[in-house]
Amino acid sequence: MELAPLLLLLFAFTLAVFLGFELIAKVPSQLHTPLMSGSNAISGITVVGALLAIAANEPPLARWIGFAAVVLATINVVGGYAVTDRMLAMFKKKEKP
Amino acid sequence: MKDVLINLLYIASAILFIFGIKWLGHADTARRGNRISSVGMLLAVIATLLYGGLDWKLVAGGILLGSVIGLIMAKRVQMTGMPELVALFNGFGGLASLLVGAAEYHKLHHGGAESYLSALAAQTGVTVPLAFAAVAIALTVLVGGVTFTGSVVAWAKLSEKMSGRPMVFTGQKAINLVLLAASLGGAVALGMQPVAPWAVGLVIGLVVISLLIGVLMTLPIGGGDMPVVISLLNSLSGVAAALAGFIILNNVLVVAGCLVGASGIILTLIMCKAMNRSIGNVLFGGFGAAGGKQKASTGEMKAASVEDAYYVLEAARSVVIIPGYGMAVAQAQHAVKELSAMLENNGAEVRFAIHPVAGRMPGHMNVLLAEADVPYEQLQEMEPVNAIMPSVDVAIVIGANDVVNPAALDDPASPIYGMPIIHAHEARAIYCLKRGKGTGFSGLENALFYHPNTRMLYGDAKATVTSLAAEFGK
Repeated sequence: MELAPLLLLLFAFTLAVFLGFELIAKVPSQLHTPLMSGSNAISGITVVGALLAIAANEPPLARWIGFAAVVLATINVVGGYAVTDRMLAMFKKKEKP
Repeated sequence: MKDVLINLLYIASAILFIFGIKWLGHADTARRGNRISSVGMLLAVIATLLYGGLDWKLVAGGILLGSVIGLIMAKRVQMTGMPELVALFNGFGGLASLLVGAAEYHKLHHGGAESYLSALAAQTGVTVPLAFAAVAIALTVLVGGVTFTGSVVAWAKLSEKMSGRPMVFTGQKAINLVLLAASLGGAVALGMQPVAPWAVGLVIGLVVISLLIGVLMTLPIGGGDMPVVISLLNSLSGVAAALAGFIILNNVLVVAGCLVGASGIILTLIMCKAMNRSIGNVLFGGFGAAGGKQKASTGEMKAASVEDAYYVLEAARSVVIIPGYGMAVAQAQHAVKELSAMLENNGAEVRFAIHPVAGRMPGHMNVLLAEADVPYEQLQEMEPVNAIMPSVDVAIVIGANDVVNPAALDDPASPIYGMPIIHAHEARAIYCLKRGKGTGFSGLENALFYHPNTRMLYGDAKATVTSLAAEFGK
């Protein structure tokens, strides 16, 4: 049993936690909503896991569960990015003098 | 060779996510940040498709269907409905992670442990102990399920499909603890016996328990605490994705999920700090439901008419507008912008004072006022406004309540004692726009309404603001 790759994954996990803390620590409150909905879209990354569940040689039930997961995660991703962009477009507009 | 390419693409997409989040944190780069992070997502999906051997019809159908639904929802939502939508998207993400866990478990149980692990090893080049995969599945299902039902309850509360008041019953905490212990025990049991005949029942049981925990966790939380809960659920949806990454040993899932999890926690803590409460207190306090003995307010609330308010505002040189959730409910943001323009034409300096937890999600008021085209230099945070408040002629409170309640400063018995507030009571004159005489969402008396310099303008906030602006037009 080879544990090194797992530890590497844990390593990436830990670094990502600190990176996440650092990135957000000083965000002005006016950007809190876009930040939240934008990062919410990123959490739809689970679509990757969902896609891999619909491998052609898997049992049908697993594929259909995977299908449902892909639909839901894609709504999360596409909807999340689109709505964040819509919000930020409004923030942009008022940079006029 | 293909594996190398896929992993390089995953690294590229992780870098794009990091820059995306970084840029989202600055006003002038935010839009670019969001777009670059969506490119990262596209790369991650393309890389995943390169693995090949997928059921392409289901893949294409799923992505197409999800994109169309997502776009329609994003396009049709009104800015006032934003908190609900964020909650709902978040719930979908959580449910998707739960389903990923369920699908992986089905594969494991259906094909047997050996073939599952060797298929995984063929794809990722990593051989893991069976117990590791099983525990990762259990935890993904748990966190995904909690995120899902927690978000759905938050959505129902925000869209007023159910009461926003905290719902508390006796033994609630005990039940939550028992459920939590049961779920962790279940995860351990699954780790020890992942393919036992009863293990399918165990996984189904875990799903049910996680869904229950999500509901029970969110029910006791009142409307005013929603900013904390939404950011916490956002964080959990990231954690669920990261855990799903541990099942299928996928770097980009782990890193991206974790970034979201960590940034969500930071946002949650910022919100807690703005209310001077610990996260445990928000989650388990059942705020406002118990209600201690507060100081009884003395005096009476004095109503004023729009004309009275107009004469005072007409003479005012400096005005601070303090919006709250009530402005969102009345959809009054455009009317408020119009009023502020009128006041400025009249020579007054107008500022908007935004409390960090005003509204139902972090930054809620900023979004609404941005929609109404209020320049963001005019939107100020709590501290700078409090510094100048004694020299302000008129403070107009539009649908805000707890965030201007001076009981937070001087009444140790008040449930919100210690919460930083906007010092509206220090202005020379205060006008409070309010729907009716009752206590607001939190059920607390607001000492500001009884202040000698306060006058109440009852009625729909939008109608009141519009008629105020009309007085200036005369």
